[in-house]
Amino acid sequence: MLTVHGTTGEVVKIIVNVLLGGRVMKRKVVSLILACSMVAGLTACGKGATDNGGNAGAEATTEAAEETESSDATEAEETTESADTAEATELAPIESDYVESGEEGKVINIYCWNDEFRQRVEAVYDKVDHTSDDGTITYLTDGTEIHWTVNPNQDGVYQSKLDEALLNQATATGDDKIDMFLSETDYVVKYTDAEADVAIPLTELGIDPDTVLADQYSFTKTVASDANGVQRGSTWQACPVLFVYRRDIAQDVFGTDDPDEIHAKVADWDTMKASGEELKAKGYYTLSSYADTFRAYGNSIANPWVEQGSTEINVDPQIINWVNDSKEWLDAGLIDANIKGQWTDEWNKAMGSASNVFGFLLPAWGIDFVLSPNWDGETGAWAVTDGPQAFNWGGSFVHGCAGTDDPEHVREIMLAVTADKDNLVQITRDYLDFTNTQTGMQEIAEDDSFSAEFLGGENPFKYFQPAASSIEMTTLSPYDQGCVELVQNAFSDYLQGQIDFETAKANFETAIKERYPEITAVNWPE
Amino acid sequence: MKKAKSISRAKWGYIFILPFFVTYFIFSFIPLVDTIRYSFFEYYRSGLRVVGPNFVGFDNYISVMGKDFFDYLGNTFILWMLGFIPQIVIALLLASWFVDVRLKIHGEQFFKVVIYLPNLIMASAFAMLFFTMFSTSGPINNILISLGLSDSAIDFMGTPTGTRLLVALMNFLMWFGNTTIMLMAAIMGISPDIFEAASIDGTTPRQTFFHITLPLIRPILTYTLITSLIGGLQMFDVPQILTNGQGNPNRTSYTLIMWLNNLLRAPDYGRAGALSVYLFIVSGILCLVVYRMVNGNDDYSSKKSRKKKGKVK
Repeated sequence: MLTVHGTTGEVVKIIVNVLLGGRVMKRKVVSLILACSMVAGLTACGKGATDNGGNAGAEATTEAAEETESSDATEAEETTESADTAEATELAPIESDYVESGEEGKVINIYCWNDEFRQRVEAVYDKVDHTSDDGTITYLTDGTEIHWTVNPNQDGVYQSKLDEALLNQATATGDDKIDMFLSETDYVVKYTDAEADVAIPLTELGIDPDTVLADQYSFTKTVASDANGVQRGSTWQACPVLFVYRRDIAQDVFGTDDPDEIHAKVADWDTMKASGEELKAKGYYTLSSYADTFRAYGNSIANPWVEQGSTEINVDPQIINWVNDSKEWLDAGLIDANIKGQWTDEWNKAMGSASNVFGFLLPAWGIDFVLSPNWDGETGAWAVTDGPQAFNWGGSFVHGCAGTDDPEHVREIMLAVTADKDNLVQITRDYLDFTNTQTGMQEIAEDDSFSAEFLGGENPFKYFQPAASSIEMTTLSPYDQGCVELVQNAFSDYLQGQIDFETAKANFETAIKERYPEITAVNWPE
Repeated sequence: MKKAKSISRAKWGYIFILPFFVTYFIFSFIPLVDTIRYSFFEYYRSGLRVVGPNFVGFDNYISVMGKDFFDYLGNTFILWMLGFIPQIVIALLLASWFVDVRLKIHGEQFFKVVIYLPNLIMASAFAMLFFTMFSTSGPINNILISLGLSDSAIDFMGTPTGTRLLVALMNFLMWFGNTTIMLMAAIMGISPDIFEAASIDGTTPRQTFFHITLPLIRPILTYTLITSLIGGLQMFDVPQILTNGQGNPNRTSYTLIMWLNNLLRAPDYGRAGALSVYLFIVSGILCLVVYRMVNGNDDYSSKKSRKKKGKVK
């Protein structure tokens, strides 16, 4: 007789017996039923599988993101100076339609996409006691808990999770309500929108932007305001971008690593390209990827991607310039074709000591948050100077969420992290972040004793400070993140030589209409 | 006496299967009906503004059924075929080797476990692993370069062929073990008498395989084909992770369910619903075709034998 091996065999045998069922008729019936039930299950299953897969992917990305971050959580900062603001100035209790009346809640829910904001809060908010080891809960000394809900920014995951939660805000009960959330420059407009009305106007929280936030860079205040000029968010950082380069490569190729002399080599795109040829002759890439220059072009567009009230996307000529220039640089061998985008493994490795990439265009947070964790050589190997173009990249805005039941804490956190000059200066000194205080940055820029070890003792704020003053941001739309991501993705295929220009355009149109169903047309420049 | 005989215990059967039907009704059937209902509505979210639901008739069906639909269907089909063909061939080969009494393979249990193992890893984790391994700065490229097999990094995921083959390879690795075990069970289900009789008649192993094993495991083959086909139509996690959700390059690895996922991301319930209904129809038709194809002869032979019987009578 046939022998079945082990338990697997037994189980399988049973399956087979059921399926074969002995008689032909029965067998047919069984398999037909099977087939039908599977077909019927498809639609529902498809949905389930989709969700699971999405989450799994998201989780994977979160993990990856968290790995790249320098986990400074351990060195929970001893905050001495921060105590003064919140308590010294007696704040009036908050009465507003935007907040839940009654007792202050015990749980503060904050939505964000990485642990950067948590680190800032831990560093300067005087009520922080400690954070749980997994970083999900921060305990405050008054017994309140901050619950962090982290979803990755990439691919719009953070926004869709946040949107879902915001739509449920009205029905959520006290401790489940979102109290604060963060948004990035790419989509801050979506959340500060007066019609959406999800971010509490600062005045409703008892914060007068004109006095309390007077020291902030004005463009950060404009960006966080709705169309009527009502400010609905605040940020602790401004993000002017500088050219960060490797000193050893500069010495090797140009014979000097002096920031002013290197600036002369990269003063504008043409000069930079000419210097790129010199770097290439010695086997170096000028920049890592065509994605590195995208923000320079993308943030200097003349008109927003989507005009207010319109459902048509206007592609700015600057974007086409980016495509053409990138193609030129790529063909000339000045950038590494193997690095297809930012936030990839290749990009991270290009910041390591084994890489032959000369420099990156990064804002202050980029140096602290991206470059520094990826650098594995000697400290002090990098330097900054002014790049070919001043532009802003990123910026995280903090919003109080309409319907919050912890308005007092929301105000305290917002003031501590974004409005207190001493706190901001401390963040800058500890994390090299470019913070949102004009006078503070001015002081640090002029402070000769201030030096960044990572940058070989250079004071980067000498360069960041003037760059920040020249930034203007007037062309934001709620669709920016999708446009920026998808246009790069579509034209990456073109730059890699996989498809022609027209196909890339068509692919962008398809992808953008998928992301935003209401988009009716995409207009390309002549 | 008669009364006692008519005691029916059938209700217990119904009671025992009730939990399944209740859960199915709540968690599968209602969403299913909802999906179909929403497919006739304009219903999406623009930022934080919810649009709809407004009844729009068949508009969603018309907008979904374009060139894209067939492109993505084609992509899905190619990705599935590339993985399925080697999968079924290798599985058949392994299955017939493992159960062949004359080969006497040792450690069969061990191999069964090993070939099944890839299936235990979550598909997205597996895709993440491959993404890292085959990236231009990944270990595969490092090995190739240090062995001198390649001068510069090969961009595996930079070409449509490369990406598709990687997806196919992953699907193959994940599923061939499962199929092998199914087919082994099927082959073991064949009465040994038949093999014995055949070997006495002097068949070669090849003849045994093609004329005895293969025809007799056809029902299981059908089952494997149908499940794999449905699984293939739903292919999602592997290409999604490997290509960052965009089916790069040039959307050549963009599958129907990835499209569905992107529509739901917006979220555009109307068009996603319409797409789901199409998928339902497509998979229904495919199943019917496959079922007919594989079991068609069976119908014929059974009818014939019935006729013969009738004649004898």
